[in-house]
Amino acid sequence: AVVSTQSGHYGRGKDEGTTVSPKKHTMQPIVTGTSVLGIRTKEGVVIAADTLGSYGSLARFRDIQRLMKVNDSTIIGGFGDYADFQFLMKLLRQQTIDDEVVGDGVYRDAPAIHNWLRCVLYNRRTKFNPLWNTIVVAGKNYGGEPYLGYVDKIGVAFEEKTVATGFGSYIALPMMRKAMDENPDMGVEEAKAVLKRCLRVLFYRDCRSLNRFQIGVVSAGETSISEPMSADTDWSIGANPSGYE
Amino acid sequence: RVAITAGEYKSYLRMSSIGTGYDFSAGQFSPDGRVFQVEYAQKAVENSGSVIAVRGSDGVVFGVEKIITSQLYEQGNNRRVQSVDDHIGGAVAGMLSDARAIVARAREEATDYRDVYQVPIPLKMLCERLGHYVHLYTVYGGLRPFGVSILLGSWDELNGAKLMEIDPSGSARGYYGCAVGKGKQNAKTEIEKLDMTKLTCRELIKEVAKIIYSVHDEVKDKHFELELSWIGKDTGGKHQIVPKDLYDEAVKYAEEALNDSDDEDNVM
Repeated sequence: AVVSTQSGHYGRGKDEGTTVSPKKHTMQPIVTGTSVLGIRTKEGVVIAADTLGSYGSLARFRDIQRLMKVNDSTIIGGFGDYADFQFLMKLLRQQTIDDEVVGDGVYRDAPAIHNWLRCVLYNRRTKFNPLWNTIVVAGKNYGGEPYLGYVDKIGVAFEEKTVATGFGSYIALPMMRKAMDENPDMGVEEAKAVLKRCLRVLFYRDCRSLNRFQIGVVSAGETSISEPMSADTDWSIGANPSGYE
Repeated sequence: RVAITAGEYKSYLRMSSIGTGYDFSAGQFSPDGRVFQVEYAQKAVENSGSVIAVRGSDGVVFGVEKIITSQLYEQGNNRRVQSVDDHIGGAVAGMLSDARAIVARAREEATDYRDVYQVPIPLKMLCERLGHYVHLYTVYGGLRPFGVSILLGSWDELNGAKLMEIDPSGSARGYYGCAVGKGKQNAKTEIEKLDMTKLTCRELIKEVAKIIYSVHDEVKDKHFELELSWIGKDTGGKHQIVPKDLYDEAVKYAEEALNDSDDEDNVM
């Protein structure tokens, strides 16, 4: 939504006196990232995002990192305006350094980071100057239990077994939920396979996606983000569409 | 009765380094060009437990003789080696609370630099800023200087190992090997014997432990805790406390060396 560009000003008219109207900010995301997907299994959490930064309809930056390893307990994925995500990544990076210099090996866990993001994003929305992002927080808590959270630009925040942003919430989320319902005890490798399937469908259907993505895992043994990979695609059904002649 | 002239008295003062009359504030010079408040601050450092740092071929090792004045203290408390950002290590000698203030400032400078330039602060830049800050407290009458010397070290792939010391006067100097505190003279002698540029951090950990143990004065300060930390290739450029297995190895090496030298003394 585009809001008025008038900055805060004192009333000009005779009867307006010294009243001030709130400052409004034109907000539109510029370079954007598309869907981020996440599945929480008993073994650990898996998160995925492609490596595309779109400039409107132009697939402009095809090798950006939309997944960030915050510390050994958390990986976040950013959807929406990439500059705002870079800003959040910078703040989180500094937080991790601040944790490190204490020197006791204790770092903020995933629920802490999720809550911090919620506070920041809600606060910005209240000031009518949102960070135009939806962030997926994948990680574990201090007890080592898997944690998956979602927080968006209006400050909505929740924890779930499966989360997705943007197009993913329409196309991938039902697929992920079905997979979890049929196999609630799935492990990390199976979850990765589910995500790859979803990412392939998203590449077919989301015009702002790219067939080059990364998958991040947070489990007891590892916290890492993979090298970029691609899904095999089959466009043969596209040869004979009907109704578009 | 012995009467001395004013001239004789003044020359006595000059030699004994008491600055009576010219030592009330850091804003004063003495007639022979000294700022006594800064010198007194340096004395605070000299009275602290020894701190040494050595720059090897692939990193920097810090060792601190942490004198324990009471058995009631929790072990590992009051850490004398601190991290500034994640790529710089610092060891402090002198007044601990002043030291905390300096380390806090160093961290702020590092954060600010990272915010503006998006890269970790190079050691030289940090020491410039920190030296400037410490110096600030040596020019005003209303402030007292920091009674702290801080040894800062870093290592990265491109520039290798770097070690610098900032003393209470605010001057920052680069070193291959540096010692401050009680046993600094003896420590410096021992450090000079080492061929530092050829030794790796793993080897230096043992040597640093040995030096600390050898300069420690058993008579004056009964108990002490050795703090060892390192930063270099083996730690991926991150400042860390030396892991337990290497620490135990180093302590063993130090204790054996001490026993050997004791035996030598007995033979003579």
